Amino acid sequence: MTEYVGKPIPRYDGIGHVTGRTTFVDDIHLPGMLYIKVLLSPVHKGIIRHLDVSAAERMPGVAGVITAKDVPGKNAYGLIPDQPVFTPEHIRYKGERIAAVAAVDEDTAMEALEKIKLEIEEQTPVFDPFEAMQPDAPLVRPEGNVWVFNSGTTRKIRLGDVEEGFKQADYIIEGTYTNSTNDHAPMEPQVSVAYIDETDRLAIHTVSQDLYFHLGMLSAIFNLPMNKIRYIGGTVGGGFGAKNDIHCDHVAGLMALKIRKPVKYRLTRHEEMLYTTKRGPWTFEFKDGVKKDGRIVARKVRTIHDTGAYSGMGPYVVDKNAILVAGPFAIPNIWIDGICVYTNKPPASSMRGFGIINGTSAEQLQMNRIAEAIGMDPWEIRFINAWRDGDIGATQFTVVAAGLIEAMKRAAELAGVELPERLKAMSSRGR
Amino acid sequence: MKYILSFVLNGQPVDVLAEPTDTLLDVLREKLRVMSPKRGCDEGDCGACTVLLNGEPVRSCLTLALSVAGQEVMTVEGLSKNGKLHPLQRAFHEHYAAQCGFCTPGMILAAKALLDKNPHPTREEIVEAISGNLCRCGTYQEVLEAVQAVARGEYAEVKE
Repeated sequence: MTEYVGKPIPRYDGIGHVTGRTTFVDDIHLPGMLYIKVLLSPVHKGIIRHLDVSAAERMPGVAGVITAKDVPGKNAYGLIPDQPVFTPEHIRYKGERIAAVAAVDEDTAMEALEKIKLEIEEQTPVFDPFEAMQPDAPLVRPEGNVWVFNSGTTRKIRLGDVEEGFKQADYIIEGTYTNSTNDHAPMEPQVSVAYIDETDRLAIHTVSQDLYFHLGMLSAIFNLPMNKIRYIGGTVGGGFGAKNDIHCDHVAGLMALKIRKPVKYRLTRHEEMLYTTKRGPWTFEFKDGVKKDGRIVARKVRTIHDTGAYSGMGPYVVDKNAILVAGPFAIPNIWIDGICVYTNKPPASSMRGFGIINGTSAEQLQMNRIAEAIGMDPWEIRFINAWRDGDIGATQFTVVAAGLIEAMKRAAELAGVELPERLKAMSSRGR
Repeated sequence: MKYILSFVLNGQPVDVLAEPTDTLLDVLREKLRVMSPKRGCDEGDCGACTVLLNGEPVRSCLTLALSVAGQEVMTVEGLSKNGKLHPLQRAFHEHYAAQCGFCTPGMILAAKALLDKNPHPTREEIVEAISGNLCRCGTYQEVLEAVQAVARGEYAEVKE
């Protein structure tokens, strides 16, 4: 092994990339392949009162139309499987899938979508998570607009006694921080190619970042054992979490199963931006108790995560965020409540460091606010409060191998910041 | 209504049926099966579909196919000769200037167009030349280093 350490080795797929020979999923063309377009809900919330696809089915060039009725297994997927592949009745966000058409080309498929008769009884949507939490808010989901954790409607983290900590503090410093929605925008849009192979298995070429995770969901949707699905992946033109969720494989697979012909389903950039999973928006409400010497003695945080119309990875993200949002600081009294709220928007899900960096950005802005409020250097407030070995973290674990102080010293060096001697003398090995 | 479109692709004359609404990207990918130009945004923002038209980088997704009649189009497939990689291809490979690889063909062609006109560009000129090619993985620094290495003559063309 040692002959490899510290030396660059050529990438096994590098030549494919520079010659254009790397085969991405949209580069696959099969004889007789048909193209899928999907009828997406034009409204944010409503009930399907009438759906008639017969005129689309009869159109020349159309090979097949599928709806919720054509899902042989479970019409639900996700980490918490609550999102339908095709909605049978309730529309919870604009862009929710209603029906899919396979045709000789995408133009024909789009023409066929126009022939589908769809009547929706429109309902009042709710977009703001704070409004959605109100008792009289329109219901996004029949069970209520707030996700229920094992510990109730909030994910709770408790350490010490936060109110007691506030009493000991010389300053109370509050701050509210928000993040907006982000799209991952991988260079390669979402796409899937599916067909019945020569051994009668359903083959799917996927852009999935999670082959085995998705294989399980697809097996449930298709009502097929996993050994009857050939799930072919590995070449992903960027994902950043966008390909942690299924966007095309379920639709392409269901269509291939019904019409027994090769199909390709690809999203336009427009469809991907507007209707697929996102990094969901957050609000962080901080209240910190701080002593004159800069030590934070109490930190109370309420986080509100807007997970859109379906769970996506929302509850998981809120859980992870709650564990980390107090930051890498020795604070004896911590109180955190994480809330995961449904709204009539596309589902929020994973995106690079999901749950973590949103919280960190808020928590670091709050550190600056504290420094400003008490008239302390922003480096110093962080050095004073940084974890040392043996400190107790928010989830009541003992910190080992702490490294924040050393990392900050190196960061200062790289940024050309001359730290005072008393900070340079500090170490993560003790206070 | 379809028209016969004739142009020169990577040095070879081609004839293909094209509709007036087809873009050059449609014709290359869906009809001629030349797959290195990628469909990223399909509206001229990302640069993944970049090809050279008479040596100039263009967005093939914004170029109407029939408008290239009689002209010369180059894709990355036309860069290597008899299996020998172009200096930019070798440099991109050795400098890890591709992560997922989706933007790479367009990026290489944008760099080629620059070096063909200006063999010793400044850092700023390279940045300007690839500014229309987005890389979401963030390999810009490696791309810059690869192009600079070629400009310094570290990947001199292998004489046949």
